[in-house]
Amino acid sequence: MNRYIIPLGLFVVLVIFLAVGLTLNPREVPSPLIDKPAPAFDVAQLHAADKTISPKDMLGKVWIFNVWASWCVACREEHPVLMGLAKLNVVPIVGLNHKDKRDDGIAWLKRFGDPYVVSAFDNAGGIGIDYGVYGVPETFVVDKTGVIRYKRIGPITPEIVRDKILPLVQTLNRSGA
Amino acid sequence: MRGAMMKLLRVAMLSVILMGIVAAKDAQPVAADEKLEQRVNALATELRCLVCQNQTLADSNADLAVDLKNQIRDKLRGGASERDILDYMVARYGDFVLYRPPLKAATLLLWIGPFVAMVIGLFLLMRHLRGRRVAVTPLSDEERARAAAMLAGVEPGTASDKGGSL
Repeated sequence: MNRYIIPLGLFVVLVIFLAVGLTLNPREVPSPLIDKPAPAFDVAQLHAADKTISPKDMLGKVWIFNVWASWCVACREEHPVLMGLAKLNVVPIVGLNHKDKRDDGIAWLKRFGDPYVVSAFDNAGGIGIDYGVYGVPETFVVDKTGVIRYKRIGPITPEIVRDKILPLVQTLNRSGA
Repeated sequence: MRGAMMKLLRVAMLSVILMGIVAAKDAQPVAADEKLEQRVNALATELRCLVCQNQTLADSNADLAVDLKNQIRDKLRGGASERDILDYMVARYGDFVLYRPPLKAATLLLWIGPFVAMVIGLFLLMRHLRGRRVAVTPLSDEERARAAAMLAGVEPGTASDKGGSL
């Protein structure tokens, strides 16, 4: 009986490791950007090439930065959630049109609705690299001082909005900073 | 008339050849930058492609990997060191982007885990071997007497059944 204990123990440890591994999402790489200032940029807006947008313009407000593209299938899945969030009118959503063609981006928003107060146009993808974007859509919550407080890789869901984003936006809005 | 045709032909052929030379000149910078390319590749094999996580940047043809390789090339050309570029990547994508993550509290198990497993394995192996040695300890007098009796066939019934396992 005794001699089965060690192999059994090892097996149980292995199963625990594998079971935990199965519940983890390998795409959810912990972002080094949390609690760091949102990387600066100053680029043309999607709808108005002659106007620019920069994170500096959002200082003093809690805001959401959402990376999207017309070629991105998961963005389409996420889109109604963003529309719902925009309708609540509690937090401005700034879009980053990532590696897209201007006409395609504008057409996409016209077809499905535009939840963004403004979209930055990042055709070359350089801003995406600065924000560590590797799976569109990605969503950041930035506080009043321009510090990133939350990052989600992949589509946000109604549950994430309800349980994570809205409570966070509320606490950030209440804090004086 | 014929001379004019020949002249035209000659000009046409010459321009085709010249076009070839111009094209060859265009391609030259890449060949000249072989050293730079080597540095780019050396770095790219150290970095993970986050889109296809089990590939290095060098192996991957994903859009982001190509962009990042271009970024590395630009930075190297701009005089950045290898260290600068690794720091640049870690600042954006975290330690996960490195195929050789640094030794720190969060990665301690990753680094020493295999050695811990080896020590445990050696310990178990030694215990096992020692256990085997116990089995070859000499028989006591009593056992010796019993074995002798069995061999002599004094203990009827038991000898034939259990003989195989002895």
